[in-house]
Amino acid sequence: MEYFVQQLINGVTLGAIYGLIAIGYTMVYGIIGMINFAHGDVFMIGAFIALISLSVLGIVGITWVPLALLIVLIIAMLLTAAYGWTVERIAYRPLRGSFRLAPLISAIGMSIFLQNYVQIAQGARVKPLQPVIQGGVIVMEKGDFTVSLSYMQMIIVVLTIALMTAFSLLIAKTVLGRAQRACEQDRVMASLLGINVDRTISLTFVMGAALAAVAGMMFLLYYGVIDFFIGFLAGIKAFTAAVLGGIGSLPGAMLGGLLIGLIETFWSAYFTIEYKDVAAFGVLILVLVFRPTGLLGKPEVEKV
Amino acid sequence: MATENRTTQQGVGQTALEGLDLPAIAKDSFMAAVLVLALAVPIIGLRTVPAPQGLDIEGRWTGVAIAVAAAFAGRFLLNIWWAQRRSRQRAAQLAAPALDIGAYVQTFAKYIGPVLIVVAVALPWTPFASRYVLDVGILVLTYIMLGWGLNIVVGLAGLLDLGYVAFYAVGAYSYALIAQYFDWSFWVCLPLAGGFAAFFGILLGFPVLRLRGDYLAIVTLGFGEIVRVILLNWYDLTNGPDGVSKIPRPSFFGLPFDRSPDQASESFHGFFGLEYSSLHRIIFLYYLILVLAMVTNLFTLRIRKLPVGRAWEALREDEIACRSLGINPTNTKLTAFAIGAMFGGFAGSFFATRQGFISPESFTFVESAVILAIVVLGGMGSQIGVVVASVLLIGGTELFRELEEFRMLAFGAAMVLIMIWKPRGLLAHRDPTLRLGSAGVGKEAT
Repeated sequence: MEYFVQQLINGVTLGAIYGLIAIGYTMVYGIIGMINFAHGDVFMIGAFIALISLSVLGIVGITWVPLALLIVLIIAMLLTAAYGWTVERIAYRPLRGSFRLAPLISAIGMSIFLQNYVQIAQGARVKPLQPVIQGGVIVMEKGDFTVSLSYMQMIIVVLTIALMTAFSLLIAKTVLGRAQRACEQDRVMASLLGINVDRTISLTFVMGAALAAVAGMMFLLYYGVIDFFIGFLAGIKAFTAAVLGGIGSLPGAMLGGLLIGLIETFWSAYFTIEYKDVAAFGVLILVLVFRPTGLLGKPEVEKV
Repeated sequence: MATENRTTQQGVGQTALEGLDLPAIAKDSFMAAVLVLALAVPIIGLRTVPAPQGLDIEGRWTGVAIAVAAAFAGRFLLNIWWAQRRSRQRAAQLAAPALDIGAYVQTFAKYIGPVLIVVAVALPWTPFASRYVLDVGILVLTYIMLGWGLNIVVGLAGLLDLGYVAFYAVGAYSYALIAQYFDWSFWVCLPLAGGFAAFFGILLGFPVLRLRGDYLAIVTLGFGEIVRVILLNWYDLTNGPDGVSKIPRPSFFGLPFDRSPDQASESFHGFFGLEYSSLHRIIFLYYLILVLAMVTNLFTLRIRKLPVGRAWEALREDEIACRSLGINPTNTKLTAFAIGAMFGGFAGSFFATRQGFISPESFTFVESAVILAIVVLGGMGSQIGVVVASVLLIGGTELFRELEEFRMLAFGAAMVLIMIWKPRGLLAHRDPTLRLGSAGVGKEAT
């Protein structure tokens, strides 16, 4: 039981990170119907920017942890958003309205480019980070086994919930959110009604990248080690989460992320850690076979 | 202001710098430079270096300066080029349609194909056929074969497969393991490897082929990863990350290419009375992959004319129409998937026998991406396009071997740029397979 609770806590934390990345996939897919393959690498860049700015702050001498983390969060979100914007501008916008595979290939190229770019600029070795936030509370105790909930895990979950709420409000209530939903339904009609479609799409990428930056920073602080390749697997998992939850649906992305995180954690805990990726992808295949629209997705209507 | 500009431009015609809005261009380039500055400062400018206490930062401002200058200059030139193209297009409107390389190549495909084959066959006998050239040739031909195999799935049947490398891996491991455990020869294992790969194709295809487009892409990607993870962790069978080594080399109808084979068998050079040369094996491998690739090509060209090939292409164009005409989409897609996988398996066992050593590291997602890129960059469905793209991408990056770390960077950038330049691929021109009447209507049927 105690073991189970501990794994539950770990799984929810991991799921929160996946969920944040998955939002970027699901929003972009919803609005322009393409897999933004480079999104995982944008997440990786976010983690790197967080690492670099944290190191710079350490050298400059800002060591009061809450302030330093806040500054790092803002810098990482801003600069990663700039990366997201640039990626869209260079690799996707010229291909809008082109045939279906072109943006996907361009995105794969972008992903390879970004990975190698960071590898060359920052080196291929893993980057360790001294733990910034330590300690936690003990939830349960039984004999030798203690179930602990670290402060880091709390921060991740609370921050994710806060961002999700803010984000859902943004989509539901603001002019920008309305424009996004309009573009999602019918891009031509939206532009006829005076919505700047290109700008809306750009902002979608910016928001997705900013959330990925938060996820990257959380990943960095939680695991304490990153390298240039983390984006690939995290990206696929997050996309799996988005599909699992029903692509195009925000709550779906969060739910999918949570499920993937839980599946992966429990599989590693109770079966074999080596095959945790197989478990995640296996679930994806099963879901797609039996419920192709995902858990919360709307059924697709086939039109002739 | 804008209309004024346009009239002067039209009046002047093609003169270069006239009518360019230089201040606007400068401003635009400046903005690009500022953006690149913001992007480059953290990643390029501040390099993290390991230090006793966590990480230290090392400034590298020349790199940032180069990136910013390149962004400014590049954007500036791009703007000028765009402006010129605009004015030229206006001047040359309705004059002549743009040159369509694809159509051009298609017209001459009858001649280009045989010429390429003759060149490929003659290559080992030309004076500059060093070991290095042949190795690159073998590599390029392997990718051409993989590209042709995937072309059946992606180009003809229109199924986006991001996990093609899984079948390549299945083929390679089938041969390596069968050869290791049963000691069967390459020529027995080759069809077996293809069969195994096709079986895996059916195994994967059966549940997932009713998915569409991107969903299929992501599931195949997941499948590719699953196969790799299993190869990595099933230590008893596959030897895990250490890979399978000492894979037997192929023999020339039973004649090995060794310098001094054991008494039982005669060697290739002994049988033909030649002096021993290590090049013999390389040349043999070169011809082997050439033949395998040509078989793939011929197979594709022929099957396109059979009902099942026609059904693939019809399915790619319109699935609903196909279903209403009584084509079973699942079975049709399954055949495409299985046949594509089979050729992937053949290529895989060739890879295993050439390398003599395989490990899961050779079968990562990047391989799938490269093969898919070859198919799409070449122009989906175009057989010659695959050749051109393989030569450019594989041969091209091979030329930059010395710049090891920048190789994949350039590869990624090239993928993006080619897509922006020609979204349908370099040689994306396709005449309809069937045409009603003799009129040349519907030039592009894609």
